[in-house]
Amino acid sequence: MPKKIVATASLAGCFGCHMSFLDIDERLFDLIEIVEFNKSPIDDIKKFTKQCDIGLIEGGCCNDENVHNLVEFRKHCNILVSLGECAIMGGLPSMRNWIPLKECLDEAYLNGPTVADCNEKKIIPCDPDIPKILDKVYPCHEVVKIDYFLPGCPPRADLIWNALYALATGSKLDMPYEVFKFD
Amino acid sequence: MGNTVNNVIKRYNGDETRLMDILMDIQSELGYLSEWTIDQISKALDIPKVSIEQTVSFYHFFAKEPRGKYTVYLNTSVLAVFCGRDEVAKTFEELAGCKFGSVSKDGLIGLFDTACIGMSDQEPAAIINEEIFTCLTSAKAKELVAGMKAGKTVEELKGKKYGDGQNSNPLVRSMVNSNIMKRGEVVFADYVPGSGIKKAVSMSSNEIIQLVKSSYVRGRGGAGFPTGMKWEVAKKAPGDVKYIFCNADEGEPGTFKDRVILTEFPRLVFEGMAVAGYAVGAKHGILYLRNEYRYLRKYLEDILEQMRNENLLGTFISGKHGFDFNIKIQFGAGAYVCGEESALIESAEGKRGEPRDRPPFPVEKGYLQKPTVVNNVETLCSVVRILINGSEWYNKLGTKESKGTKVISVSGDCRKPGIYEIEWGFTVNDILKMVEASETQAVQVGGPSGSCIGPDEFSRELSYEDLATGGSLIIIGEKRDLLKDVVLNFTEFFRDESCGSCVPCRALSGMSKLIMERIIEGKATEKDVAAFTKWQLIMKKNRCGLGQTALNPIVTTIKNFPELYKNRIKAKDDRFCPAFDLEKAVADFDAATSEAR
Repeated sequence: MPKKIVATASLAGCFGCHMSFLDIDERLFDLIEIVEFNKSPIDDIKKFTKQCDIGLIEGGCCNDENVHNLVEFRKHCNILVSLGECAIMGGLPSMRNWIPLKECLDEAYLNGPTVADCNEKKIIPCDPDIPKILDKVYPCHEVVKIDYFLPGCPPRADLIWNALYALATGSKLDMPYEVFKFD
Repeated sequence: MGNTVNNVIKRYNGDETRLMDILMDIQSELGYLSEWTIDQISKALDIPKVSIEQTVSFYHFFAKEPRGKYTVYLNTSVLAVFCGRDEVAKTFEELAGCKFGSVSKDGLIGLFDTACIGMSDQEPAAIINEEIFTCLTSAKAKELVAGMKAGKTVEELKGKKYGDGQNSNPLVRSMVNSNIMKRGEVVFADYVPGSGIKKAVSMSSNEIIQLVKSSYVRGRGGAGFPTGMKWEVAKKAPGDVKYIFCNADEGEPGTFKDRVILTEFPRLVFEGMAVAGYAVGAKHGILYLRNEYRYLRKYLEDILEQMRNENLLGTFISGKHGFDFNIKIQFGAGAYVCGEESALIESAEGKRGEPRDRPPFPVEKGYLQKPTVVNNVETLCSVVRILINGSEWYNKLGTKESKGTKVISVSGDCRKPGIYEIEWGFTVNDILKMVEASETQAVQVGGPSGSCIGPDEFSRELSYEDLATGGSLIIIGEKRDLLKDVVLNFTEFFRDESCGSCVPCRALSGMSKLIMERIIEGKATEKDVAAFTKWQLIMKKNRCGLGQTALNPIVTTIKNFPELYKNRIKAKDDRFCPAFDLEKAVADFDAATSEAR
């Protein structure tokens, strides 16, 4: 059986889900027997070089670069998975969704105690090279279709392993209650 | 202000279970319930402030801010929209100088939306300072605002043209019309006041229950539970104190039959309650009346007083030793979910109208934890008639499993909207003919929580075994945009009326509205539409009927009018969400940084 090809990305996330991914520990050796990585921080491939079978997305979309990235993932991955709370619901970054963007930017760049005295020209960074901030943080499934959701902040390593294993081998997902029970 | 609070609380003997009345009375004197007032009430009743706040915030008609000297609650129901509500609303906004949901700067006029106020055959309708204004037009709205600015009283604004039947009674004096288009043999037949109670006292309570059971009369509120069985369980339930509730909280958009019955045949209803009390062994009756019908208060209270004077209520009723029964009226304060019997009981106890977990059922532990029977207005009328004419007579009416008649409220696109009392078993086609409807696209049977059917199913009959209904038929003509004008409106209604207790109802009713908007804008995918059918399964796990049926408007139209949805799905590739608009999402950022660029 040819190896399944996996791509991963962290959008508006903290990389915690990727860290949890690494927590599968020695099972990484088992994993590379059944999958090959393409675009992912794990192997540092920056651009898709082929169509992938599985895409794991950490984080929601807080800027236009996230959106472009997510759309690229959707185009290149046959199965797309939201990994963790931020991808699924926006998570911590979406706490700003209750505050108008202008207020957030003013506080961050113009009025905040650490910037008020040193941003004399009152500049909000907007160079064409840096991404534009969206009006709010969007969960991934509001931008593209998401096939599966793996809950957790971060999802437990066992859940990530079980899910990847099931997707890669086409077997039934082993999902004991403990792997998504959080209290 | 402190005096008002104390006086009102004294009026109710400091009884916290009367919180609904206390709040309403204080509000009618002070105009609204400020933080300070709530604080005073909390101290006087010696209950936590949050217990009062949660009741206040639950009901539409409790105001935490001033709502204007004249408060206009304009109906937002489908029927109001059919009859030109938007134009009327626009006129009100332009002339009053404020948007709906706010009060004019001078504090004179407050404009607020409200769900169906039970005037579906005479829309658009509004409640202004507790009076009903029907058949509004832009011109009338203009006149009303001018009158308000000139300082006219609501009485003057209302004018002197009263509606038909008892609506012109000196204690009602309302422009509302009863519009009884067809009288049947059960509810709207002639009757001699007091005859039901007189018959009852000649029988034992067990005989009455057996008679009601053998008549096979079922609850008319929609659920269709056998009335005799309910009474029997309540009679057998241990305890000396029991209660009879009459559920007159008809909030289902398109339903207005209880209003008409209470206007034209209130004695029949009250007699039914007394008979129920006699049969079950209850001494207390409570008519839970929706606040929208407060204009009937004086009239109904006067009738109760008359009945007391005639010894049809009170002690030793009709000379029968041990037959004591009295009725009081409990008003709601604007919450559809209170039509659900356990929510209604919670509300009558002064709490948020959240349905209870069952069991125990109200017949075992209901109002104040005592055995309680909750019957629909129409059910109680039927019982009196059965008592007088016998169950054999009743069994001849209707179909095999649905005995008797049903009072239905007909509204929408037809020439003769109004109230029709028909035998069970009439088909939708029969009714459409009777009400002179033509070019009918769909019929909403049983209100939003019922089902929306198309012409293929018009040959179905109204009965518990086929198309059950609590009494409303909304006729939707061909020119209407079914999804936008009807389904979206109903979806918003359920979102607004969810009590928020069960997660599927709270979350999915809100989500449904967003997705319906997407569908209407042509920005949804097939998957979005398919999701509703899956959600329906989860919705069935909600605690009450509201939650269980909140997706019915969508799910029944997906089933019966699939092409309407199909035509609105534009996206070919469903991997991307057409509703996400990147340009719109970065517009705020572009605006915030426009100067620097």
